[in-house]
Amino acid sequence: MDFSILAAEILLALLGLAVLVLGLALPGKAQKYVNGLALVGMVLILLYLILNFSREASLFNGVYQIDVYGNYFKLLFLMAGLLVMLMAAQYISRFKEKSSEFYALMIFATLGMMLMVAAGEFITLYVGLELMTISFYILTAYLKSDKLSGEAGLKYLILGATSSAILLFGISLLYASLGSTNFIEIGASFSSSAAVIAGVVMIIAGFAFKISVVPFHMWTPDIYQGAPIPITTYLSVASKAAGFAALLRVFMLAVDPNAVFNWGLLLAVLAAITIVVGNLIALSQRDIKRLLAYSSIAQAGYILVGATAANSYGLKGVLFYAMIYVFANVGAFAVATAVEVDTGRTDIEAFAGLSKRSPLMAAIMTICMLSLAGIPPMAGFAGKFYLFAGAIEAGYLWLALLGLVMSMVSVYYYLGVSKAMYIGENTDQAPLSLGWGSTAALWVCLLATVILGVYPGPLSELAGYAIKIFI
Amino acid sequence: MYEIPVLTITLIVPLLGAMIIMCLPAGQHKGIKWTAAFATLISLLLSIFIFLTYDRALGGMQFVETIPWIRDLGVNYALGVDGISIPLLLLTNLIGFSSIYASWNLRERVREFFALLLILIAGVMGTFITTDLFIFFLFYEVVVIPIYLMVIMFGSTKRVSKEYAGMKLTIYLLIGSAFLLTALIALFVQARAISGIASMDMAFLATLNYGVEFQILVYAFMAFGFGTLLSMFPFHAWSPDGYAGAPTAVSMIHAGVLKKIGGYGLIRIALTILPAGAAVVAPIIAVLALGNIIYAAYICLSQKDLKYIVGYSSVSHMGYVLVGIAALNLISINGAVIMMFAHGVMAALFFAMIGNLYEKSHTRNIEDFGGLAHQMPKLTAGFMIAGLASLGLPGMVNFIGEFTIFVGAFGTYRVITILAISGIVFTALYVLRALGRMLFGPRNEKWDHLQDLKGVEMVPLLVLGLAIFIGGFLPFTLMDLINNGVGEMLAQIGPLQIGGWW
Repeated sequence: MDFSILAAEILLALLGLAVLVLGLALPGKAQKYVNGLALVGMVLILLYLILNFSREASLFNGVYQIDVYGNYFKLLFLMAGLLVMLMAAQYISRFKEKSSEFYALMIFATLGMMLMVAAGEFITLYVGLELMTISFYILTAYLKSDKLSGEAGLKYLILGATSSAILLFGISLLYASLGSTNFIEIGASFSSSAAVIAGVVMIIAGFAFKISVVPFHMWTPDIYQGAPIPITTYLSVASKAAGFAALLRVFMLAVDPNAVFNWGLLLAVLAAITIVVGNLIALSQRDIKRLLAYSSIAQAGYILVGATAANSYGLKGVLFYAMIYVFANVGAFAVATAVEVDTGRTDIEAFAGLSKRSPLMAAIMTICMLSLAGIPPMAGFAGKFYLFAGAIEAGYLWLALLGLVMSMVSVYYYLGVSKAMYIGENTDQAPLSLGWGSTAALWVCLLATVILGVYPGPLSELAGYAIKIFI
Repeated sequence: MYEIPVLTITLIVPLLGAMIIMCLPAGQHKGIKWTAAFATLISLLLSIFIFLTYDRALGGMQFVETIPWIRDLGVNYALGVDGISIPLLLLTNLIGFSSIYASWNLRERVREFFALLLILIAGVMGTFITTDLFIFFLFYEVVVIPIYLMVIMFGSTKRVSKEYAGMKLTIYLLIGSAFLLTALIALFVQARAISGIASMDMAFLATLNYGVEFQILVYAFMAFGFGTLLSMFPFHAWSPDGYAGAPTAVSMIHAGVLKKIGGYGLIRIALTILPAGAAVVAPIIAVLALGNIIYAAYICLSQKDLKYIVGYSSVSHMGYVLVGIAALNLISINGAVIMMFAHGVMAALFFAMIGNLYEKSHTRNIEDFGGLAHQMPKLTAGFMIAGLASLGLPGMVNFIGEFTIFVGAFGTYRVITILAISGIVFTALYVLRALGRMLFGPRNEKWDHLQDLKGVEMVPLLVLGLAIFIGGFLPFTLMDLINNGVGEMLAQIGPLQIGGWW
């Protein structure tokens, strides 16, 4: 068979192994070359993927699918991974321990996500999911001397394992009833028996945990707060996108929308609760990591609106929003990282006076936050437009109204950070320095957020091209 | 034929100005201020050019530009102006230009201030000249954030803190805009379902036939969204607090033009696209407008802070605009449009004068003053022009607006119009009381150190004062234009019937 079809995955696995082995074998001084190798490797694989973007193939009797939909998300993961690695350089360099493990684990997590979105059946999907999650368990607990980090790792392990078990149980129920793990075969023989409904509900619950949908969101704030910030970032953008990508593939291919049970309404209610709870709790947060954690719960709710609609605009919205969410969230977290590296604090007061210490960072933070809130001309607005246009087209006017009102409410807490940056007083007036990695990541996030907001056409066309497999 | 994109240039010059300002060194105050002044001057001259060269005989949308923007949503970067939008475009630039000079004495964080101000001006302008719903909404929301930042950074804390005022204003407007956006998306989706074409073009959307129930629902959403922006009773609470907290230039632009986006939207979008919905919801708007006119005027009587007086008075004046819009006939809507223009220049002049006085005396309480005419005759003239315009003295453009609205609305709503006219009495009371207390009477030695308007401080007075008088003595300059635009619009939507005892 032609292994070049799988080249991106194979190369990424080799890169991860190389970084891991070289990091252990080489002396401490050579670490930075290993880290550089990780970065360069990711860039090359990203380029390879872009060049082969429209390639399509079905491997091993439909077990593994190479299609534009999968490639779109692979692109997203690699880009997010790259941005996070860039912004993490300064943060990681503070630790005396060998840092290459950090990069190796991130690469493995990325590989897991890539397997997840390309899986054509449940077992492969599960393997990818576990590869991603297990890498994240370790990364979350990476700050060995930090109690919060250890606690977060343990919590994530226990809750994550439970949710995986639920997912697996759901899969086995489907397999027992319908006799297949392949999405398309399941879709062809889909019936609304009790076991199938229970199975799909469990699968939703399993995914809902990964994408932190209320009421399966409890782990999010603690783990986002405890984990090293770069990992929090990566969890919030990429792991969530992977969850959505896989969920959509399962839902669009395997679950028959004309079945007796109203799946759309179930998802709509979940989305509504998620949006309301995430935004309302975020209003009272005083720690930037917890604030962004609750904000990311709310964001998951918005994306779920698009999945609920499951029509052309809605699905396009999911893909579009997932992509621009990467830039907005990485931008916000990158500024938070720089502030934490400088002050050692993560409360919102630590941002006081940032507009004088670093006008660029204050502006980027504001712009990224506004994009998250969906204020034009930032990219978040175009994304929300697609999501809610999909919802209204599918008949969920109430959901769109609720989502839009809540996203305006969210401006309150997003602007709270801007308020601290622009009018807060800080005794420390020294300009804030940034490494080249973080600077590059920040500029990419800024430009992407603004340009895609003002001119969303190309990305939305790409997203429209990617969802062709469903419509 | 290759044409110069006049509207795009008008729109983009302030943005370019903002970019240049961001590149200048922060200490370069002179350069920053002159850049801003120059940018707004170009926009002002271009909008006067548009005002003069618009072909009134031909009518319709002119200076049209269309560039496809987002294909799958049918969004075009489409600009164009007609008789309804030109007065408001002109208004924006008159006030934008004046607001730069009203902020001339600013010394702290000058660069941020003028960059944000120019973005704000461009944003407001964009809403009036676009013919695409998506782009309209984009510009409409773009302005909210600069305003918030300017209020918290440069505002003043008196009765309420500037943080509170800024956030209140922002959240009110954003919640309103959430309803508006829902309405716009619903409209877009429905139009696509009916016609099979994805389009955000206002003219196209207006040609379709929507169900009456759908129209009522969507119009109600829009009325809430635009109404909040226009400070429609009872959603007006942000307005006085917001103006009191905001720096002078923001108060000028906000009260002067930003609010008018609400009225403009109600006419251009809500009424044109959803006439059947308008016919049903309009009486409710007219009743609420009475709340504006009478309730807000009543509050004005007991206010001592100058900015609160003008703030509530602008709420009250917006009531006239709402009555005009709700009466749904040619004369009343003409009146509403000219009233928006008139109130804009008047409120901006008022705020410019208040800002100047506050800068020098550090108080806005009318009871602290007395006999200011002795020390500051030019400032007094400014206050008097604004004040008399506010109470609708003939010879001022405001009189034309109020008179036309009442003439138009009387045919539709007898009772409401009579009650609304009574509002004029209150207006005269609070305006004359405040101005008399402040400006006239014996000389107060305490204020001898105050310097009268001089140099560039005169610009807002001259520009805005001139606009008030030209509009007042030569009303046809504006009226013909507006009549053209509104007439065409009403001819397109056909006759509307509003029944009842209103």
